[in-house]
Amino acid sequence: MALSNTSEKPVGVIGAGNFGTVISNLLAQNRKVLLYARNENDVMRINATHLNRGYEVHPQVEAVNDLSVIANECEILFPMVPAAHFREMMRRLSPHLHPYHMLIHGTKGFDIALPKGETIESVKKLDRSMVKTMSEVIREESVAVRIGCLAGPNLSKELALRQPAATVVASSFNEVIQTGKKLLKSDRFQVYENNDIVGVEIAGVLKNIIAIASGALNGLGFGDNAKGLLISRGAVEMVYLGRALGGDTKAFLGVAGIGDLVTTCNSPMSRNFTVGYRLAKGEKLKDIIEDMKEVAEGINTVRIAKKCADHYKVRALITDRLYKVLFEGLTVEEALDFLMRYPLNVDIDFI
Amino acid sequence: MEIIEEKKNKSKKYKPILDRIPDWPVYQLSKNRKEFIEEVTRKSVERIHELRPSTKQLIEDLQATAYREQNRIKRNRWRVDPKDDSRFWSCIKNELADLSAKDAEEAKPKVDDVLLRIVHRYSSEIAGNFKANSYRFAREAVKFWFARLLNGARVKKFGAYFRNQYTLRDKIHIVGKVKMLRNLARQGTVVMVPTHFSNLDSILIGWVIHAMGLPAFIYGAGLNLFNIRIIAYFMNSLGAYKVDRRKKNLPYLETLKMYSSLAIQKGAHSIFFPGGTRSRSGMIEKQLKLGLLSTAIEAQRALYNSGETRKIFVVPVSLNYHFVLEAPDLIEDYLSVKGQDRYFVEDDKYGSFQLIRFLIKFFGNRSNISVSIGRGLDVMGNFVNDEGNSLDSHGRIINTKDYFISSGELTIDRQREDEYTRMLSQRIVSEYHKINRVFASHLVSFIAFEMWQKKFSQLDLFNLLRLPEEDLEIDYQEFRATFKRVRKQIYLLKEQDKIKIASHLKGKSDLAIMRGIDNAGVFHLNRPVLKNKKGNIVTKDLSLLYYYHNRLVGYGLEQYI
Repeated sequence: MALSNTSEKPVGVIGAGNFGTVISNLLAQNRKVLLYARNENDVMRINATHLNRGYEVHPQVEAVNDLSVIANECEILFPMVPAAHFREMMRRLSPHLHPYHMLIHGTKGFDIALPKGETIESVKKLDRSMVKTMSEVIREESVAVRIGCLAGPNLSKELALRQPAATVVASSFNEVIQTGKKLLKSDRFQVYENNDIVGVEIAGVLKNIIAIASGALNGLGFGDNAKGLLISRGAVEMVYLGRALGGDTKAFLGVAGIGDLVTTCNSPMSRNFTVGYRLAKGEKLKDIIEDMKEVAEGINTVRIAKKCADHYKVRALITDRLYKVLFEGLTVEEALDFLMRYPLNVDIDFI
Repeated sequence: MEIIEEKKNKSKKYKPILDRIPDWPVYQLSKNRKEFIEEVTRKSVERIHELRPSTKQLIEDLQATAYREQNRIKRNRWRVDPKDDSRFWSCIKNELADLSAKDAEEAKPKVDDVLLRIVHRYSSEIAGNFKANSYRFAREAVKFWFARLLNGARVKKFGAYFRNQYTLRDKIHIVGKVKMLRNLARQGTVVMVPTHFSNLDSILIGWVIHAMGLPAFIYGAGLNLFNIRIIAYFMNSLGAYKVDRRKKNLPYLETLKMYSSLAIQKGAHSIFFPGGTRSRSGMIEKQLKLGLLSTAIEAQRALYNSGETRKIFVVPVSLNYHFVLEAPDLIEDYLSVKGQDRYFVEDDKYGSFQLIRFLIKFFGNRSNISVSIGRGLDVMGNFVNDEGNSLDSHGRIINTKDYFISSGELTIDRQREDEYTRMLSQRIVSEYHKINRVFASHLVSFIAFEMWQKKFSQLDLFNLLRLPEEDLEIDYQEFRATFKRVRKQIYLLKEQDKIKIASHLKGKSDLAIMRGIDNAGVFHLNRPVLKNKKGNIVTKDLSLLYYYHNRLVGYGLEQYI
């Protein structure tokens, strides 16, 4: 691939949240970056001060406010917007996209399309026709086909400090993987390849459930044995759920699966962890959500995963208990008690 | 028997889009047959070298090829196989044995020569030979004899055989996007991808193409069909090239793909049966063979690469029958193979005689056929408009060339194209479901089988099929209520553009059910579905019913039983 040719063209990042900003900085080491922010004031501020969300912004990054500009100037785009706004963003971006565009997203969440007037709770069943990964949303909403995703242990704060980390670029197109690799790789950032994009996307989403549980254990004051138990059983549950949703087992054992899971479960910095932690401390979900600047994708993921597990008849105990804690007033202690008493003793039965 | 009248076929004749046969791309291809074979050979050899860059690998592959070919000759010989087959391959084998001892440098020119000979042999075998005169003759012969059969059977008068009251047009209904197809064939190269249920399909499609005023299409016909002399004659004259499914070695497959790709690039309209083989289960194909399909995408890229903007259009076509001659054998194959990882053996019990007998049966009865032409797609599966422009889901025009562009330049990326092929195949499958035309007989079969399945829900498929037919009976009133319910769902699907329906399905449900029962698998020895003396629904052959029922699998209709 003639990368020398593209090197003149800037790379686009859509979404100036924590992750979007940090990824822009990473990319800016190799290439000029256009960073799209929805809010015009943010754009002006970023360009004037080179600061965003407490991060310094690389001088090669230019903030813009117009999706058509970013689509016309760049052939490679990195959408980094929360799952809840992703489809809407794609609809605005779509008219400016062409089949030569390459999109590598970093959003860990599901998109759900429900019949009118229904909610996740009220709908009779929730299956894969209503739950979409972000790559599927891109396909549905635009002509772009060369789609990839980023997933892995990528805490924005650590990346910003240039601590060692890794990511997976997943795509069914080798071309996309290689392009993503070239653009992102640095001496502090390792990039792995995976062909199972849907598996990697699902792994990245489902780990958020276990992260909340991990925060809860932490909030109860338990130590590393408990965490080891949670992570290993959580990984098994992710495999079950993930396979029901169309992922391959392997994706869950790699950097985007176990790698991300261990990181998130150990990180008090992560939003999902914080939710669990504060729940265990006895706070109400409503109050916790109100306090947060960015969305904790895990809360929605629990609702979706629970409903899907019901439909596909997958045993997902942690998800199920967590759902009861979040929405049905079960206490964290009660949930833990249930899990510890559950008569289940097969360790691994999926390989 | 109730006559099924379709809504009167607007059977106006279509004018040929190209008057003179010498203008047809397929004619041009045949005229330069020798040069074409040379070109196919040269480019296939290039491709194989690209896939097997080291001489050692190449020798290994050629040895495997020779070994398999000799096995084929020993185990599975056909009448069409050339006389010198055995000599040729043992010669190749010996040469390769000598070469494997030598070092790569020394062996290379000789290996290249062996490869060239093999590929040349294959490309000469594959190449079709379209002859304008025999095409004309075959076309007229088909029309003449089919008309005789048709009129003989339908017009109950003395001398009926010589009447021309009915033509094939009354027998075979062409519905759907005919005008668009004609437009697309004028502007670009058409790759037609029909569903495949019966050996009759290729003849049928040949006639349909002529009836739509299109020039002859080329297509890969199973070499097994050339064992039957009559068919071999027609196939050759229709511009068919030969596909031998016994040969699964690398040089053969690459040569075959190259042949197809180059023919498309030269503008020869083509037909692929992308299911690869007849649907054994009676279900609409879900898994398509990607090999030939990939040649459409490759050809499009090659055209763009050489600066041409001519487009290749993929047109899905669904063939709808009340009755499939081979159904009992097909479903038997399917059931015996299901669950075991075996390949279907291409085993044709039908020689020339059986074929003629079948045609007499087929044209003699009133069981009509409909051929639905789907909307044209570009090679990426996007819809195109009448001008041949690709459209995205919002109706915006997109440039197909952009799919092959990377960093502003057209690039060759085989892995990308493999992925595109997979996407195209999924698209075709979903179009098949949309243009599938529901006949009353399909629906009646579907409902009867599903009702029994529901009744014996504790049994798996095989145990269900083993139930004695005498034990199976459905109360007519119950059947009718279910029929109405499911038919309503089909109407809903039709409104959402997810399926098509034949006009005879509409109207009073008693009548529609009767039409369905009268036509479902009508000429089988054991009818799949019928009414007994009490007026209840029974079957004489549950496996066969399962086969016809399968046509409507995949629409989620089971939940309304």
